[in-house]
Amino acid sequence: MNAVQLLLFYILALVCTASAVMVIASRNPVHSVLYLILAFFNAAGLFVLIGAEFLAMVLVVVYVGAVAVLFLFVVMMLDINFVEMREGFLQYLPVGALVGIILLVELMLVGGSWALADRTEVAAAPATVVMVEPAAPVAVPPEGGETAVVARRVRAEEVTNTQMLGAVLYTEYFYLFQAAGAILLVAIVGAITLTLRERPATKRQDIGRQVRRRPFESVELRKVKPRAGI
Amino acid sequence: MDTAIPLSHYLALGAVVFTIGIFGVFLNRKNVIIILMSIELILLAVNINFVAFSAYLGDIAGQVFTMFILTVAAGEAAIGLAILVVYFRNRGNIQVDEINMMRG
Repeated sequence: MNAVQLLLFYILALVCTASAVMVIASRNPVHSVLYLILAFFNAAGLFVLIGAEFLAMVLVVVYVGAVAVLFLFVVMMLDINFVEMREGFLQYLPVGALVGIILLVELMLVGGSWALADRTEVAAAPATVVMVEPAAPVAVPPEGGETAVVARRVRAEEVTNTQMLGAVLYTEYFYLFQAAGAILLVAIVGAITLTLRERPATKRQDIGRQVRRRPFESVELRKVKPRAGI
Repeated sequence: MDTAIPLSHYLALGAVVFTIGIFGVFLNRKNVIIILMSIELILLAVNINFVAFSAYLGDIAGQVFTMFILTVAAGEAAIGLAILVVYFRNRGNIQVDEINMMRG
């Protein structure tokens, strides 16, 4: 079982890294977006492997379903000569490689020092899931009503990842959750405001003018003689 | 979490993906779309690190934080692409090295 997990990790990590390389190296931006989607799928697989199922599904839904499709839409909508844009690719290769290698070495050193550090306290601690208790416990009925059952189920060992996440997200991190909603609202409003284009030729509904309109200024009654016309 | 995969594996993967993202920003200096995709890769690497630590330290807070990063990344992609579309509408191209209207 462990060997299978390790093998799965290596496959997913390898495909994830390879597709990340292809994102920045492929000639066609459409291919880049498709490789980005592949990278996100593999990252979602890695999340499932480590036990974060809910985040894996969110990654697939949000990234593959929304962000990557948005990228694809913009890439296909803009009429750009992408071959021209490849100029200077080799020109920036040395400095990019230098910065990349320095960064990678630094990150590896940090990770290595963290792995080598004395973590006996962490290792000694039982590797159970720490549940953050709500700051103000819910008023539990003395007989052990429904809320008590839910609270106990949350603290139990066989609780699912989604339940755990929800239990802390809506209690401990409630204000941050609201702030995330506000960020999304601002993003929606900002994106629409930026891209909204007012064409002078378009006919729009002016509700104020519509309401202000009176019958005597729009309807005219005339006495028409027979066989005379107006 | 008693999985077979050591934490260092996840950290190494995160470091590699992060470096690829930084490398992509340097390499595709002309193409804003690829730069935005590189930023997404960087955020993905950060998320991998957060989730790995969250699982191995047994604290769910890392996964909550990852959700917020996902939210911010989605908003950033939407705003960035909207700016890109408006810029393309005004200028007719999206070459980064020609963006000097403000003489910055």
